[in-house]
Amino acid sequence: MIPGPFSYHRPVTVADAVKLLSTLGDEARPLAGGHSLVPMMKLRLASPEHLVDLHGIAGLKGIRRDGNTIVIGAMTTQHELLASDEIGMSLPILDETVLLIADPQVRYRGTIGGNVANGDPGNDMPALMMTLGASYRLEGASGAREVAATEFYQGAYFTALEPGELLTAISIPVPAAGHGYAYEKLKRKVGDYATAAAAVVLTMAGGKVVTCKIGLTNLSETPLLAEDAAKVVIGTSLDPASLKKASAAAVAIMSPASDARGPVEYRKHVGGIMVTRALQRAAGRAR
Amino acid sequence: MNDMTPTREQREAKLEGMGCKRKRVEDIRFTQGKGNYVDDLKLPGMLHGDFVRSPHSHARVKKIDDTEALKVPGVLAVITAETLKTVNLAWMPTLAGDVQMVLADGKVLFQNQEVAFVVATDRYAADDGINKVVVEYEPLPVVIDPFKAMDKDAPVLREDLAGKTTGAHGPRKHHNHIFEWTVGDKDLTDAAFRKAEVTIKEMISYHRTHPSPLETCQCVCSFDKIKGELSIWGTFQAPHVIRTVVALIAKIPEHKIHVISPDIGGGFGNKVGAYPGYICVAVASIVTGKPVKWVEDRIENLTATSFARDYHMTTEIASTKEGKVTGLRVHVLADHGAFDACADPSKWPAGFFNIVTGSYDFPTAHLSVDGIYTNKAPGGVAYRCSFRVTEAAYCIERAMDILAQKLGMDPAELRLKNFIKAEQFPYHSALGWEYDSGDYHTAMRKMMETVDYAGLRKEQAALRAAFKRGETREIMGLGVSFFTEIVGAGPSKNCDILGIAMFDSCEIRLHPTGAGIARVGSKSQGQGHETTWAQIIATEIGIPADDIMVEEGNTDTAPYGLGTYGSRSTPVAGAAIAMAARKIKAKAQMIAAYKLEVHEDDLEWDIDGFRVKGLPEKTMSMKDICWAAYNSVPPGMEPGLEAVSYYDPPNMTYPFGAYICVMNIDVDTGVYKVRRFYALDDCGTRINPMIIEGQVHGGLTEAFAIAMGQEIRYDADGNVVTGSFMDFFMPTAVETPHWETDFTVTPSPHHPIGAKGVGESPNVGGVPAFSNAVNDAFSFLGSTHIQMPHDYWRNWKAAKDLGVFA
Repeated sequence: MIPGPFSYHRPVTVADAVKLLSTLGDEARPLAGGHSLVPMMKLRLASPEHLVDLHGIAGLKGIRRDGNTIVIGAMTTQHELLASDEIGMSLPILDETVLLIADPQVRYRGTIGGNVANGDPGNDMPALMMTLGASYRLEGASGAREVAATEFYQGAYFTALEPGELLTAISIPVPAAGHGYAYEKLKRKVGDYATAAAAVVLTMAGGKVVTCKIGLTNLSETPLLAEDAAKVVIGTSLDPASLKKASAAAVAIMSPASDARGPVEYRKHVGGIMVTRALQRAAGRAR
Repeated sequence: MNDMTPTREQREAKLEGMGCKRKRVEDIRFTQGKGNYVDDLKLPGMLHGDFVRSPHSHARVKKIDDTEALKVPGVLAVITAETLKTVNLAWMPTLAGDVQMVLADGKVLFQNQEVAFVVATDRYAADDGINKVVVEYEPLPVVIDPFKAMDKDAPVLREDLAGKTTGAHGPRKHHNHIFEWTVGDKDLTDAAFRKAEVTIKEMISYHRTHPSPLETCQCVCSFDKIKGELSIWGTFQAPHVIRTVVALIAKIPEHKIHVISPDIGGGFGNKVGAYPGYICVAVASIVTGKPVKWVEDRIENLTATSFARDYHMTTEIASTKEGKVTGLRVHVLADHGAFDACADPSKWPAGFFNIVTGSYDFPTAHLSVDGIYTNKAPGGVAYRCSFRVTEAAYCIERAMDILAQKLGMDPAELRLKNFIKAEQFPYHSALGWEYDSGDYHTAMRKMMETVDYAGLRKEQAALRAAFKRGETREIMGLGVSFFTEIVGAGPSKNCDILGIAMFDSCEIRLHPTGAGIARVGSKSQGQGHETTWAQIIATEIGIPADDIMVEEGNTDTAPYGLGTYGSRSTPVAGAAIAMAARKIKAKAQMIAAYKLEVHEDDLEWDIDGFRVKGLPEKTMSMKDICWAAYNSVPPGMEPGLEAVSYYDPPNMTYPFGAYICVMNIDVDTGVYKVRRFYALDDCGTRINPMIIEGQVHGGLTEAFAIAMGQEIRYDADGNVVTGSFMDFFMPTAVETPHWETDFTVTPSPHHPIGAKGVGESPNVGGVPAFSNAVNDAFSFLGSTHIQMPHDYWRNWKAAKDLGVFA
């Protein structure tokens, strides 16, 4: 549990960070909250020669509203998300999810950028970002680009980030007023990754579902958007038959690994239950 | 008397003696980060050592190449079995009479076994060196399933034992067999089963888990070549035993070995035995002439130092139709891993598992235990319990529930029907113990009344009916557990470690001004000895607890003791403390009589000093007696006021308790909720009720963890799959249920202050309470026994296997 040798860099601008990452190449890794990278280094599963610490870059912090979009700097901590009135008002599902990430100590240090950029299927934010239709700003030596969260995740720890690129901000369209939301996470204990989790954002009118998005955490190599399941419930009152169909449609796209949280069959089974419960709770909140 | 004269109550209160909820004096430093642990020790020029460990669970070691490692800046040496052979230390004896490789000698027998020891100028360099040591392995077939270990064609694990048909505990039946231990009357028991109206039989497993103390195992050794002295600082629960072991195996005279256990961050049995790390730092220090430190990380602790449990107990009870038990038959398959490194008293290969008749009046019983080798880490320590007592309590408490189910009786009623009665004590059990005292019916009834047991059963019946009607997906279980422990090892007639009787000791020295120091052979790892030992002395000799400093853990100054584990401190060391105090009191009485010019027999004790019978104003306080002891003792008496006591207990003590767990389980997810947990403990005389409560909270939390998910699990290839706190269930305050504690007091008749020990009761009694709750919840769906641990997915699987989703 002792990391190998590495050099430490602390740039103060995004441009410098990008420059360092592109010149140092594959042997450099950006350091955000460090909750994934540092343990990997201590186990020597990762041995980067250079760490580019992003904590000195003031421009990577902060939450602002830009019209109907919330823009969050990548180095904003989970604790800062919880403390933000803007998030509490516009994106309450973000607070609900953040509170299910580990414990206060972790949330003081853990960042939203690190959480979404690492490509760890166990992280809670990626599926939520897909559910909310978020996009990520990626900056590299050749400039900046926006990539939708739904296009970002390619495999476990594989993302659309090109070598030398840095995820600098997350843009989230503000959901419609009166939307219903829920993040249902089954975990063994505080600090654990989800055995299965589901995010739901929906709108209702006259007792029927008008729009619906469903995201799934830790039920595949990447976060998933359960589009068929969402389609099933549109136009319904979330009656038991529709819920059952939606849950089955979501289970159909799950391919979790068997691990100490349970065998595949169990994880899919509770994945379906998380979808059902999230739909019901979200509907209860919709106005 | 004037207004300033303290009342009797004030004098009593000032002592903070037994029965007082005295705040823990050690917490002043612990809560401010001022504890002094092994890893806080930094000696000039100190080196660091760390292990190359095996990725395989069974493999031949073909070659170890340290060429590149030695080129790493800061790396000074790579020690292997070949190096250790030059000092005859490649293998070391275990406490259980086996031998264990210090470093891989030709082969490895479990994953993460120590293969080579890299010594460097700092921890980083040591780890860099480890990554450059190239070890060539040839994998061998593995034995993981204990039930296959004694198959005819099972791979031979211990080639060093080839041809040895007898081990430390008698004949070996198979190349992977360690011992067979039998107790009880087989013929009588077989006859009881032949005549039985009702019998049950179940294979009850208590899975492998780990004590996982907050602080891992660590050691610093410093060899002084000029003086020929070896100083060892380590996380040792039994420092004197470590000193003797080192003297025996390293051939250093015992007086030239200084063992110091500083503050210890939890032990729970993990820090009783001797580990390869200790030997390697000692050798490294002798070789380099510099101090060397070894600090285990969490993964190493969980995967390589002593595990606990791994008992597979085929259990049978014979009974009448009315539910009176007539016989008990248990066979245990005990998975000891690659070496038998159990930390039991030497003559007890399965510890005190023969307490398995529990709290019940079994007319006859028979027990046999087969110990076997597998490709898993060695150990088998008493994880917060007396030796194998937790396994025994789980076995009998689960089996009694299974019998109740078969008889259609309430499990609490079945227990009440079979308890040893208060008037039967001292009670001789069918498996050879003399239970000193108990009042089981009173404790059980108090528990049942407090929680409204009858009301809970009614609620359960209603919920079951609702479940069957499809109105709820929750089921409810009541887990009753009534345990009897056997602690306080132990009487010299049957308990020793490597030939040293399991006494304990105390030396008290009072200073002229009425304050003093007590040195004790036990070693706190968080139990609060500095607080409670002073309370015993305060009550015994009337010196305020605040004026007594308690010191443990330094073998140069503390009297020889066997250390702290198996709830032995209060039963054995606690008795030695009281006996040493009484020697002081006897001398004090002589001094007081001399000073008050009366006969000794004319004095009586009064809280904090002596007074003349019939003349209550004629007194001499203990404080004044201390002063007199240094200037005006009676003619012919030696000055000073100190005493030493070595206490060899006449018997074990037998704490008991009545626990109940109320739990609901969501069958769809397997998620459980502990609605209520009530624990009534009877540990005899209570020294510090606050510390007892804290001990019970801690032990129950461990029991909760073990029963509900905590395990050391291996895959079929022998890889540990629960090697970190991500997968090894360590509950936080969020998961931990609320604990309700209660007590009865049945003092031990043979203990000087009547105390029995409590630290381990909640782990012993808690595990069956949780498991019985889960099993009770599912029983109406047709199950008789579901194995632990009861984590979410296994609860869901139990529901699925019972057809809940059909």
